[in-house]
Amino acid sequence: MATRTIKVDYLARVEGEGALFIRLRGETAEEVQLRIFEPPRFFEALLRGRAQLEAPDITSRICGICPVAYQMSACHAIEAAHGLRVEPAVRALRRLLYCGEWIESHLLHMVMLHTPDFLGFPDALTMAKSHPDEVKRGLRMKKAGNAIMTLLGGREIHPINIKVGGFYRAPSRSELLALLPELEWGLDAAEALLRWTAGFSYPDFRREYEFVALRHPDEYPMNEGRIVSSAGLDIAAHEYDAHFTEEHVQHSSALQSQRNGRGAYLCGPLSRFNLNFDRLSPRARAAAEDVGFVPPCTNPFKSILARAVETIQAFDEAARLVRSYDPPTVASEDVPCAPGLGHGCTEAPRGILYHRYSIGDDGLITDAKIVPPTSQNQRCIEDDLRAMAPVLAGLSHKAATARAEQAIRNHDPCISCAAHFLTLRIEQVEA
Amino acid sequence: MPRKRRPKLAVWKFASCDGCQLTLLDCEDELLAIADALQIAYFREATSADVGGPYEVSLVEGSITTADDAERIRRVRAVSRSLVTIGACATAGGIQALRNFRDHAEMLRVVYARPDYIDSLTTSTAIAEHVPVDFELRGCPIDKRQLLEVLSAYLHGRRPAIASHSTCVECKMRGTVCVMVAHGTPCMGPVTHAGCGALCPSYIRGCYGCYGPAEAPNTAALARGFVQMGVSEGGVRRYFHTFNANAGPFRQEGLSHGD
Repeated sequence: MATRTIKVDYLARVEGEGALFIRLRGETAEEVQLRIFEPPRFFEALLRGRAQLEAPDITSRICGICPVAYQMSACHAIEAAHGLRVEPAVRALRRLLYCGEWIESHLLHMVMLHTPDFLGFPDALTMAKSHPDEVKRGLRMKKAGNAIMTLLGGREIHPINIKVGGFYRAPSRSELLALLPELEWGLDAAEALLRWTAGFSYPDFRREYEFVALRHPDEYPMNEGRIVSSAGLDIAAHEYDAHFTEEHVQHSSALQSQRNGRGAYLCGPLSRFNLNFDRLSPRARAAAEDVGFVPPCTNPFKSILARAVETIQAFDEAARLVRSYDPPTVASEDVPCAPGLGHGCTEAPRGILYHRYSIGDDGLITDAKIVPPTSQNQRCIEDDLRAMAPVLAGLSHKAATARAEQAIRNHDPCISCAAHFLTLRIEQVEA
Repeated sequence: MPRKRRPKLAVWKFASCDGCQLTLLDCEDELLAIADALQIAYFREATSADVGGPYEVSLVEGSITTADDAERIRRVRAVSRSLVTIGACATAGGIQALRNFRDHAEMLRVVYARPDYIDSLTTSTAIAEHVPVDFELRGCPIDKRQLLEVLSAYLHGRRPAIASHSTCVECKMRGTVCVMVAHGTPCMGPVTHAGCGALCPSYIRGCYGCYGPAEAPNTAALARGFVQMGVSEGGVRRYFHTFNANAGPFRQEGLSHGD
C-alpha cells in the first residue's frame, strides 16, 4: 500500500511557529504531528519569585493577540487566592474590555487569516483586490475592538491599565459613550459578516468532540462560570487540575492537555457556541438562526461561523455595557500581601485559559501554572487531521496541503501561547 | 500606467509573543496603503505567499534563544539590505531574558516533564548581539506611530525621527501630573526610553520601563529614590529586571540589588 507524506515546514497565517507532518498509508494516517517549534520562554518558571501584582503584566507577554485573556485569568486567580470581590462596575468594565479583545482577535482570524482559505487567496491583502469592501469592513470592525482596549487598557497590545483588584483609572461615562456610534455600526457589520461567511462552501466533515467551555447562569461566558463539557463535566475552576492533565510530547514545545480518563477535548468558539447557545443575546441568536447555524455543530470548518456569531454578541454586549455604565466608586480593591492559592479560568478568544498561583507570605509567587487554549486543542487538531486522512488521500498534494492547513486554522491555534505551532508535511508512502 | 517596483518588506519572528508584528496588522487605517507602497514579500503570520529575497527592509521580532535561531538570524541578515529590530525581545532579549539570571536546568524542569525534548540556549539575547542591526525600535510592544515612521523613513531613504530622551520628558510635554511627586508612586519614567507617549502616568500608574533604558540614564539615583519611597531591595531589582532585564543599564542596576 502507498504511503505519502504531507508536510508544511512553517505554517502561515497562524500566530507563532509551527509545522505539520502527516504520513498517510492508503487512506489511513499513520502519523500526524502538529509540531510546535516555537522556542520555549519558560513563563511558569520565571514567575517564581515575582510579585503577585506583576502577574497580569508579565503573563500578558505570553501572547500579543490575546493579552487581555492572560490579564483576566491572572487577576481572577490572584483575587480568588485572597477571596477578593470587585464591584459590579469594575466587573462590567472587565467584560467590556474582553468584548474588545474578542472582536479584535476574531476579526484578525476571520478576515486576515481564515477567509483567504475559503476564497483561495494567499492573504487578506491580495483578497482585498477582489473583495475590497469585505476586507475594509473587517479592518474597521477590528479597529472598533482595538478602540475599546485602547480606551480601557491604554493600548491594544499589552494594556497597561489592568491590575489585580480592578483598574488603575476607571474611564468616565463620556469617554465610554464616545465608543458607542462605532459599536452600533459594528453590530450591523457583524451581522453582515455572518451572512457573508455563511455563504462560503464548507467541506463536509463532522467529528464527535467533547466540547469544553465555561458556563455562567445568565451570561454568555467570558470572565466567570463553571467549566462544563458536552460529556457532562461540571466543575469549578479550582477543580481543574483534578480533571485535566498536561503531557509533554517530543514533537512539541507546547504541552498537550487531555481530560483524565477521556483524552482529547475541544475548547474555543465552537465549544462555547454549542454549550451556551441559550446564553447568546436575542440578536446574536436570531442572526445565527437566520443563517441556519444552530447547535449542535460538529463541523470544525464552521468554527468561523461561531466566531462571527460571537462577534455579534461582543458588539451587542459592548454597546449595552457602554450605555448602562456608571463609574465604580473605587477603580480597584486593595490586594493583601498575604499567602494564598488561587485559580482562575476565563474564556480567551481561542478557548479556556487556566491560571493557578501559589503566593507566599511576602506576596511573591512561589509556583505558577498556565494552560493556554492551544495546548488544550492541540490533540484535537491532530485528531481532526487523522480523521480527514481518507479525504486528504484523494486530493492532489497541493490541495491536500491546503486542506490540512485550513483544518488547522479552524481552531485559530496560537502557537506563541502554546509554546509553550506549525509546519505541514504530508508524507505518502508508496508500497 | 507602469508601476514603480515596490520595495520588498519582510517580517521575521524569533522568540516573542507576536505582539510587535501584530502592531503592523493593527494599522487598520494604513495597512492597505502600506501594502501598496511596499511589497509584503515575507510575513508568515499574515500570508502564505513567499516572494523570496533579497529584501529592502527586514523587520525582526523576537530574541535569540536557540542554536538554530542564532544561525537563522545570520541568514536573515544576509538577505536584508536594512535590518530593523522591533520590540523589547529583539532589542534587549525580552521578558524571557530573565533566564539569563537563573539556573536554566531548573527552569526547564519547572515547565517541562521531559527537559531532554527541549532545545534551548541558557540565554535570551538581543539580535544586535548576533548580527549588525541598522535600527532598533523599542517597546513592549512597539508603538504603531513609531513603526509607521520607521517604514516611511526607510521608504524615503532617511533615518527614522525617533526621540531618544526619557519617558519623563514625554510626560512633561503632555502635561501629565507627575505620579512620583503627586502620589508617591514609584515610576521608571526618568530612566526609560520615550516612545509610548508616557502612557502609564496618564492612567495614574508609574511607568514600568517597557521601552528599556533611555540615553544615559541615571539608574542609581532613581533606585535610591525608590528605596527612600519604601521599595524593598528585591522590589527595586524587579523594577529593572522585567521586560528589558538584559539591556545594559537596567541589567547592571538590577544586579546591584538583592532579593
